[in-house]
Amino acid sequence: MAVVQDVHGHGHDDHHPTGIMRWVCTTNHKDIGTMYLWFSFAMFLVGGFLAMGIRAELFMPGIQILEPELFNSFTTLHGLIMVFGAIMPAFVGLANWQVPMMIGAPDMAFARMNNWSFWILPVAASLLVSSFFVPGGAAAGGWTFYPPLSTQGGMGVDMMIFAVHLLGASSIMGAINIITTILNMRAPGMTLMKMPMFVWTWLITAYLLVLVMPVLAGTVTMLLTDRNFGTSFFNAAGGGDPILFQHIFWFFGHPEVYIMILPAFGVVSEIIPTFSRKPLFGYSSMVYATASIAILSCVVWAHHMFTVGMPTVGQLFFMYATMLIAVPTGVKVFNWTATMWRGSMTFEVPMLFSIGFIFLFVIGGFSGVVCAIVPIDIQVQETYYVIAHFHYVLVSGALFAIFGAVYYWLPKWSGRMYDEKLGKWHFWLCMFFFNLTFFVQHFLGLAGMPRRVPDYALQFADFNMVSSIGGFGFGLTQLLFLYIVIKCIRSGEKAASKPWDGGTTLEWTLLLLHHIIALKHLQSLSNSVREVWIHRAIKLKK
Amino acid sequence: MSHGTGHYYVPSPSKWPIVGSSALLFLAFGAALTMNKVEPGYWMLAIGFAILTYLLFGWFGEVARESESGKFGEQEDKSFRWGMSWFIFSEIMFFAAFFGALYYMRQLSVPWLADMEHQLIWPGYTGGWPTAGPGITETFTPMGAWGLPAINTMLLLTSGVTITYAHWALKKNDRSGLKKWMLATVALGIAFLCCQIYEYGHAYADLNLKLTTGAYGSTFFMLTGFHGFHVTVGTIMLIVIYFRCAAGHFKPEHHFGFEGVAWYWHFVDVVWLVLFIFVYLL
Repeated sequence: MAVVQDVHGHGHDDHHPTGIMRWVCTTNHKDIGTMYLWFSFAMFLVGGFLAMGIRAELFMPGIQILEPELFNSFTTLHGLIMVFGAIMPAFVGLANWQVPMMIGAPDMAFARMNNWSFWILPVAASLLVSSFFVPGGAAAGGWTFYPPLSTQGGMGVDMMIFAVHLLGASSIMGAINIITTILNMRAPGMTLMKMPMFVWTWLITAYLLVLVMPVLAGTVTMLLTDRNFGTSFFNAAGGGDPILFQHIFWFFGHPEVYIMILPAFGVVSEIIPTFSRKPLFGYSSMVYATASIAILSCVVWAHHMFTVGMPTVGQLFFMYATMLIAVPTGVKVFNWTATMWRGSMTFEVPMLFSIGFIFLFVIGGFSGVVCAIVPIDIQVQETYYVIAHFHYVLVSGALFAIFGAVYYWLPKWSGRMYDEKLGKWHFWLCMFFFNLTFFVQHFLGLAGMPRRVPDYALQFADFNMVSSIGGFGFGLTQLLFLYIVIKCIRSGEKAASKPWDGGTTLEWTLLLLHHIIALKHLQSLSNSVREVWIHRAIKLKK
Repeated sequence: MSHGTGHYYVPSPSKWPIVGSSALLFLAFGAALTMNKVEPGYWMLAIGFAILTYLLFGWFGEVARESESGKFGEQEDKSFRWGMSWFIFSEIMFFAAFFGALYYMRQLSVPWLADMEHQLIWPGYTGGWPTAGPGITETFTPMGAWGLPAINTMLLLTSGVTITYAHWALKKNDRSGLKKWMLATVALGIAFLCCQIYEYGHAYADLNLKLTTGAYGSTFFMLTGFHGFHVTVGTIMLIVIYFRCAAGHFKPEHHFGFEGVAWYWHFVDVVWLVLFIFVYLL
């Protein structure tokens, strides 16, 4: 790791704290990226622990382990922690590591604020986790915390509200940083339409974040004042409406799911060309597709609420708008497939995860179109079908892409190679157990098993047992991932600066640049001289 | 690029972020405990605010010193512009959530509560705006638009003009004009806040209009309250800029600290105009 960090030198002129304070005070985007990734993995384990609790309770009919109230807290906090604590920070961690390197920037635009965006997260996480231990327990109204359930609840709900405020603030700061870095810090010659797809998807994601995170902050603020100060936003007796909450929440919530998947698209769009040894098929259509998805995502929110009682015109609009998203998404899937077409493909672990991503994400996409159809949605609303749908999108979509990204860039980050054989085991175990867990949930949902209930009718017993076995397997498999990463960092074989011969983006040329001229000196050169060298590096890359 | 060091300024490791996070830790836990009437909550809030104050002085002071020592060149300046623009955009979206709630209540939920079906639950409720909703029977008088709020509109609009005069003075390197117009802007901001505090007192004492007055009270106080909070923050920022001007900071061609605050002040101004129309006037 040291090598990489020196190469990508900084203009730091003062003292450098050591030990723990090095991490606490750091302004280096790589340190911060590393902290984001480890934090998100820790949260992934916490959220995973809650998932194991849920699956253990659902292993058999009847109440065995978790009282219903605690079960509800588990599902609520599982959702919140996985969405805000695991998936989102993981992508921000990837952005921190990769965006400056991929666009040839010295660091993030606001390096100190970057550090703060990270260090807000542990505060929010401690609010969420410790809310289990306050009187009344953690929030139990589901990760969407609809009122009136969330206007009841105890102190745990207030803690959750403040946690969401903080997570939102962190995301907004992170997003502003990423936008500014991309718009203002690109190396000369790196025009917008030459940027790697990962950078593009993050730029668009960051716009979505500044658009919707403040709306979430507004929503939870209304919830807070309804709970504690007697306002009536979500109280019909005062002229408000609980449905109002759902509208504002999903105005945030639907773009939020694209916030979690667009960077995944970006990762896959980097990995597939590398291992197909072909440039990405249809680069500009990929950019426009990403932008279309982001824009459409802001006008489909009410498909989460078809059953609340809405005018038919409204249902039709949101149904068609939702289905329209399948078009740009289809463009992407087509382009990835066309990139592989007649490529000289190899199947290293990042590629396996990317191909797994395409297969399973398409299943999740299709079940999403199914859910978008109003009459069907009215049937499957609040059932395990919806659970299956969004886990196909978020686990085999977002999470698989994160795994792929870690395997893809770990050699760059650590300077060492991961164990390919173990990585392949990790992938295949993930594939097997993931499908075992969630595929059967489609059947459960279609048969009518409601979500967020700790007990179920006897006819659901077999599939639930299968799903739980899959869930435990999937959870244990992630310990293997932890082992692989630690083994790689500690004792992996030394990796070349460009371990993948098909890699074309700028981060792989960093050491090359280093050999031409020590970057330490580069820092002290005038801008114009530095530009010439960077130009040369970009040319070399081509 | 007269100043700047030839490469992008990346600050050295800093304690401020973690100081900020510890302030947030105390504030968040303190607020959660206070709202649930648990004793140490107040103390935690107080500690949180103390750390926050230390943070604001420390962090912004450091940035001001960096700026004055010429560390920020053109590219850094551009970063600040992008950053501030998107920050203000995020603030607009925050207010949009509350304006959206106002729209929804006025146009949708209140009429629904007064329709035929709901007569079973709320017999005799006729809807209409302003309303405290069908279940809150206390009567209240809504806030009129053409008294104090109209004066407040004038105050804020005028302050938008005075800060522009200050900006022009700064660009012409007219330091005494700069300070004079800055002082005028600060005074107008404070006058606005005083009027707003008086209006709240009037609402509670004479109009029986409270935060708990259903849909009207919720939207009125949350929108004007958050706006007032932003004016307070903006005024503090203006005061800081005034003292920086007095200390000789900013140059005619390099003064983003000033401009950022001016942008923020205009944003607060525009939000007020929208608020004046939709909360007071209509």
